[in-house]
Amino acid sequence: MKVALFIPCYIDQFYPQVGIATLQLLEKLGCDVSFPLEQSCCGQPMANSGFASLSKGCDINFVKNFSGFDYIVAPSGSCVLHIKEHLKAELHLEEVSRIRNNIYELSEFLTDVLKVKKLNARFPFKVGLHNSCHGQRGLHLSSMTETMLPAFSKPEQLLNMVKDIQLSNPKRNDECCGFGGTFCVFEEAVSVKMGKDRVEEHDANSVDYITGGDTSCLMHLEGILKRQGSKVKIIHIAEILNSSL
Amino acid sequence: MKTTHSKLAEKFIADEPRTDWHDETLWFVREKRDKAAHGLPEWEQLREWASQIKNHTLSNLSDYLKEFEEKAKANGIIVHWAENGAEHNKIIHGIIQRHKIQKIVKSKSMLTEECHLNEYLQQYNIEVVDTDLGERIVQFRKEPPSHIVLPAIHLKKEDVSATFHEHLGTEKGNNDPQYLTEAARQHLRDKFVQSELAITGVNFAVAETGGFVVCTNEGNADMGAHTAAIHIACMGFEKIIPKAEHLGVFLRLLARSATGQPITTYSSHFQKPRPGQEMHIVIVDNGRSKQLSREDFRNSLKCIRCAACFNTCPVYRRSGGHSYHTAVAGPIGSILNPNLDMKANADLPFASTLCGSCTNVCPVKINIHEQLWKWRQVIAAEGYTDATKKIGMNAMAFLFSKPSLYRFAGKWGRWMMRIFPFVTNNKLNIWYKQREMPESPKESFRDWYLKNGKINRN
Ligand code: SF4
Repeated sequence: MKVALFIPCYIDQFYPQVGIATLQLLEKLGCDVSFPLEQSCCGQPMANSGFASLSKGCDINFVKNFSGFDYIVAPSGSCVLHIKEHLKAELHLEEVSRIRNNIYELSEFLTDVLKVKKLNARFPFKVGLHNSCHGQRGLHLSSMTETMLPAFSKPEQLLNMVKDIQLSNPKRNDECCGFGGTFCVFEEAVSVKMGKDRVEEHDANSVDYITGGDTSCLMHLEGILKRQGSKVKIIHIAEILNSSL
Repeated sequence: MKTTHSKLAEKFIADEPRTDWHDETLWFVREKRDKAAHGLPEWEQLREWASQIKNHTLSNLSDYLKEFEEKAKANGIIVHWAENGAEHNKIIHGIIQRHKIQKIVKSKSMLTEECHLNEYLQQYNIEVVDTDLGERIVQFRKEPPSHIVLPAIHLKKEDVSATFHEHLGTEKGNNDPQYLTEAARQHLRDKFVQSELAITGVNFAVAETGGFVVCTNEGNADMGAHTAAIHIACMGFEKIIPKAEHLGVFLRLLARSATGQPITTYSSHFQKPRPGQEMHIVIVDNGRSKQLSREDFRNSLKCIRCAACFNTCPVYRRSGGHSYHTAVAGPIGSILNPNLDMKANADLPFASTLCGSCTNVCPVKINIHEQLWKWRQVIAAEGYTDATKKIGMNAMAFLFSKPSLYRFAGKWGRWMMRIFPFVTNNKLNIWYKQREMPESPKESFRDWYLKNGKINRN
């Protein structure tokens, strides 16, 4: 099974440890993983700001890098969703549709494709799970409180395989953290207020870590936690699943 | 760089305890909605039906409107058509003038807000008394409603007490809700008894029967319409549904989505004027046919104005209705208003994180967050975004399409952040105002991979 690793730009630059954990985890689980070296950004920041028309260069580059693999996996729900919904490249229609159908967010790849039943991981801490909107409502990684359908959660299913972990959910289990891409600067006041409220709910559960599948949400929450001088840390789900503490 | 919405939101949030209160109150309503929806095993089926009925209706709109007009006329209702808000106001003004009317009561209607009817009539010294309690409160304060179902939700009982003290002479500082409601009740009772003309909205107009339904929790639409000699009902043309049997689907969804009640306290059916009464209905376009012609946005016209999308929206809950500076605020307002005035409302589709919760709660399954995304594209293409944003986006697009340049910039940027943190940790950096920057690592993932990855292992 040939798997291409897609490491979104901000993870590449600011959170390399998330990329490393993702790679190691996939290899541990027996995947033949390659990291196409000329990848950059999926184009989401432009598209969500109204400039999808400008993401042509990104799209073409993405297709060039990620053609010819069985699967593409990324530790970021929102970038995966962007590719699934909006990747376009006029000259490569077939490849585009292959990519759109074969790209997976890490936790759904583990549960749905690899069908992981057990993990060799241990993480003896109290952890709060942040459900990122794009993963949850966009990719349906877990059920949503608004819809009246049976409950499930792919990230939770995986975290429950980790030894000694204590999971706790915040009261409003699927409320947005307020990151929202460029929203976090153009609507700074609302964005920060939303983030503060998220942090407070996790705090109420006295967690050691907040985890999730989207590094961007975690980056926003981390910025707030650090400014508050909080002891709570953020950690990507890949790092927990790959951990052997 | 700051948009109208972001500026007004910032002002609202400056009072954090009030923001928390606003957020919690609306979240409480959202949770009530969840509970009510969970009580119906057929909930998702109902939503699907509602959505399909509306789809069908929008595709056959002119036929159903014609059928409605015919039946309504046969029932003795006088039917008017208004192309825009100005025409709507003129029609109503004409009726008032013809009958030389002084005393007018109105039950809550977002359409008359959209058309600015109160302001229009004020020019002619005609006063309309809003009879919905919340609506009356904001009317006293000369504010627009901040929510389509709970118009005064931005106010606390202390604010209401002060307002009533000023306008109704209630005891200063008496915040007892029962006392205040009683004062409003007495005041409104007088207005009802004296009223000569009543204006109501329309929740559903039934093509098959030529009748219409008005839903209120206070019964104020009935009180007005039953006492006044003239009843004018105003409706946006999308309020039409084909048959009376479809009402069951919508009435079950509406109240549960709006407030978590199984049904609205008063669902009043009007079919024909009572003897001696005159009944009018004004059917308004005001940009709706234009929206109908925009393929990506047409199904925003399925909206039944339950406000579930408001209550669930994490941005609305923390920024308040007035930050949307339009009659219909919230997520649905953000996809309806750019159609009415794209320049003035260009900021609204950006006042969202695109979390998608609005789409999930919508009882008629409007893909609200997808339409927000699409509006952003239209607005940028039409040139209504900030110039600096466009420059930034162009630069980013250029950078990201050239991987080697991106890597160079990334390395340089991280180096700068590490060596000179004040480059980013300063006042010009909006992120940094209330959040720390992420730490900048020495190595990017790619750098690490080149040293430790498969390339080296193989
Ligand atoms: S868009 Fe949907 S949820 Fe929002 S007010 Fe309209 S019907 Fe209700």
